[in-house]
Amino acid sequence: MNRLLPSPLTSAGLLVLWLLLSRSFTPGQILLGILLAVAMPLLMLPLRPAAGPMRHPVVLTRLVFRVGGDVVLSALEVARGVIFSHRRLPRSAFVVIPLELRDEHALAALAMITAVIPGTVWSELAPDRSAVLMHVFDLADEADFIHQFKTRYEFPLKEVFE
Amino acid sequence: MTPWGEIAVAILLLASGIVVLIAALGLWRLQDFFTRMHAPALASTLAAWLVTFASIIHFSTRANEPDLHVWLIIIVLSITAPVTTIVLARAALFRRRRAGDELPPPLERQRY
Repeated sequence: MNRLLPSPLTSAGLLVLWLLLSRSFTPGQILLGILLAVAMPLLMLPLRPAAGPMRHPVVLTRLVFRVGGDVVLSALEVARGVIFSHRRLPRSAFVVIPLELRDEHALAALAMITAVIPGTVWSELAPDRSAVLMHVFDLADEADFIHQFKTRYEFPLKEVFE
Repeated sequence: MTPWGEIAVAILLLASGIVVLIAALGLWRLQDFFTRMHAPALASTLAAWLVTFASIIHFSTRANEPDLHVWLIIIVLSITAPVTTIVLARAALFRRRRAGDELPPPLERQRY
């Protein structure tokens, strides 16, 4: 972590994003991309603290693929629930999930995961970050859901961010 | 473009349309606001992904080189969609608690 590049990963991501969007690898575009990659994190620095180091890239990659798969499965489940809703209403319910994550970037990632998965909506975070209120589309077993949620998403995030 | 590519693109686009239709059906048919929130999420995830894959196949087979920048749609949508979802959920909780509806109480501090 140095002063010019407070978050190297963000900078690298921005450069790749710029080059992919402009779809050309001419020196001019690379220069513009580098300019953006250096300037944006510096401008954003006063708004929020820079993220700590992210460890375990393998765990993170596995989590990303798992979330991708879960989005598809959950989407199919919600679709089925909607189609058959005239026969059986989905057992929608609020669930309070106790959290062990405290890092704000990890919590942001967790909020993003739950919001992207169609079957769950992140509704409220306790002021001390000790629990989250979640709305679930079709809840079969509350204890099982909490257990699944913690082992599938929370623990890998804890490994990566804390 | 090969016929197989065209068939794959057609199936993906058709599937995406069906998913959006189901999302709209859910918005219309489900009763409660929070239950309803789950249905449109189908459109911004599965349906958008299917269109993205169709677009990748279409432009990659036409230009004979991988056309991967469309992946950015999935990534950027995954970053931005949660913002509106969470703001909607927060607003609905706030309003319905003030209206006195039967909802879980606000989460309190558990450790002092």
